[in-house]
Amino acid sequence: MQSIIKASHISKIYKTESLETIALNDVSFEIKKGEFVAIMGPSGSGKSTLMHILGAIDKPTSGTYLLDGENVGSLDDDQLSDIRNRKIGFVFQAFNLLPRTTALKNVMLPMAYAGIPKEERLETATKFLKLVGLEDRMFHTSNQLSGGQQQRVAIARSLVMNPALILADEPTGNIASDQAEEVMGMFKKLNQDGHTIVMITHEPDIAHHAKRIIYVRDGKLFKSL
Amino acid sequence: MSYLELFVESFATLALNKVRTGLAILGIVIGIGSVIALVSLGQATQQSIENQIQSLGANLLTINPGAQRSGNVRTASSSNTLTNEDAAAIASSSEITTIKSVSPEYSSRSQVVTGSSNTNTSIIGVVPAYLDIHKVTIDSGSFISQSDVDSLSRVAVVGPQIVADLFSGSNPIGQVIKIGSQNFTIIGVTVSKGGSGFNNQDDVIYVPLSTAQKILFGASHLTSIAMEANSSDIMTAAQDEVGYFLLSRHKITDPSKADFSIFSQQDILNTASSTTGTFTTLLSGVAAISLLVGGIGIMNIMLVTVTERTREIGLRKALGAKKRIITIQFLLESIILTFTGGVIGVLLGILASYIISVVSGSLFVISFSSIFLAFAVSTIIGIIFGWYPARRASNLQPIEALRYE
Repeated sequence: MQSIIKASHISKIYKTESLETIALNDVSFEIKKGEFVAIMGPSGSGKSTLMHILGAIDKPTSGTYLLDGENVGSLDDDQLSDIRNRKIGFVFQAFNLLPRTTALKNVMLPMAYAGIPKEERLETATKFLKLVGLEDRMFHTSNQLSGGQQQRVAIARSLVMNPALILADEPTGNIASDQAEEVMGMFKKLNQDGHTIVMITHEPDIAHHAKRIIYVRDGKLFKSL
Repeated sequence: MSYLELFVESFATLALNKVRTGLAILGIVIGIGSVIALVSLGQATQQSIENQIQSLGANLLTINPGAQRSGNVRTASSSNTLTNEDAAAIASSSEITTIKSVSPEYSSRSQVVTGSSNTNTSIIGVVPAYLDIHKVTIDSGSFISQSDVDSLSRVAVVGPQIVADLFSGSNPIGQVIKIGSQNFTIIGVTVSKGGSGFNNQDDVIYVPLSTAQKILFGASHLTSIAMEANSSDIMTAAQDEVGYFLLSRHKITDPSKADFSIFSQQDILNTASSTTGTFTTLLSGVAAISLLVGGIGIMNIMLVTVTERTREIGLRKALGAKKRIITIQFLLESIILTFTGGVIGVLLGILASYIISVVSGSLFVISFSSIFLAFAVSTIIGIIFGWYPARRASNLQPIEALRYE
């Protein structure tokens, strides 16, 4: 199977004047196409840093990170924007939809930045909002939707660019448990359809939906099932 | 993402926060509005001064007597150097080709009495040519005629201010007034020309030149000679021609020692124009400062907006927005703010200058160049003061969007 993520000897060190914090210490792992991986760890373990690096929104201090064959470490800001746009679908804990903007416009946004024509954007966004069961909520603004609905909009948004990787950061952290089950079911279904999913969480119940769990503690991976 | 889409999005964002948007715009509205209003006020003032000076008579040249100088020492008493003969010579000489008509004048002040009313006013001894040269119009009755001048008639033509002061506005024609110790019969009233203070052209009494010189003031000289040039294009030539003619008549070889001076209406006009021009520039400068303060206000609001929307900007970048797109989005927001402020400011400025013109009875002048400039300036202010916040927004890292709160 083809590698979507190939991380070798990744370290991330935060330096302040007096203090040097090692957030990630020589981490190497691989995630293949079609996997559903959960990254687990307590707060302060370095899992957020790992998530930032995997999401191409932060760069490692040392080591190389290949995302779908591209070396993320060598890219500048605009190239990083581009690679995030094309290859990564983000689902955030706080949903991060544009406030007071309709579900449809939120879902269309990544395609707008990719320069896709408006008609095509509309068509694709509508298709994915139907997929997450929100075809009757398309013109609701984000603050008119429940937490679960907002996260489904975010999932639709993560899919429109047909990314190589869906990166979910505590996707159920801010929603009620019945809706959390619904969201997890959606991830499972997406994974069955062939999407590669990496999910960060600290809840074992949620992590067990994944096929593989990577544990992070003190900046190191100490167990990879 | 097209510019139109970015524009629509920026507009929608601004529309969400109406109070803040309104306050940000207000600074620009006041700045642009005051520039428009003050420039318009300045131009109206300038135009009304020009109109008033023009009403004194176009193509007008005036000769005033001046002391003959020898080095720095005055050698003759100051004001007796112009004579009736000088005026007659200018009018009849074949050397003078640029002058259409000549009006010798003797003016002084005197006490004027009628019944129980009296006033101190300007008495001008004139010949009939005065009427045309100074654009004086007769309201009722008639002006001083040549036979009045020839026969030293004791007749007077009065300005409307005199009618108001001495006759309480009733018809004065045929009435007798006492100028100094002499009785004069009023034969005409002039139309009001405006002016105020010492320059009040309505507070004046015209009498025949000969009567003024011989009967009223006992003088043989003139206080001024007014002349009308053939056209306004040849004022300088006419000034030179008359100047050299008089120099040779007065047997003066050095022009710097001339015992008279000639100035044209254009000279006065130029002086007045430059004065009001300075005035307008000064006012515009003050208004420009308020515009600058408005621009800083926009920058302040935009910086606050960028800080407030850190998460949104981070999210946009996480989803693939490049620096350029973010810069344009925020720049458009600030340009929309300043341009809208500019439009409202122009409208309010026009309204304000209209109200000023109605209240003060002055002219209503709006120059399209200042309106165009206002739009250009407000847009440029948007770009200048929006640039720094927009750059700051575009340099934000997407990691901000993922920070837990």
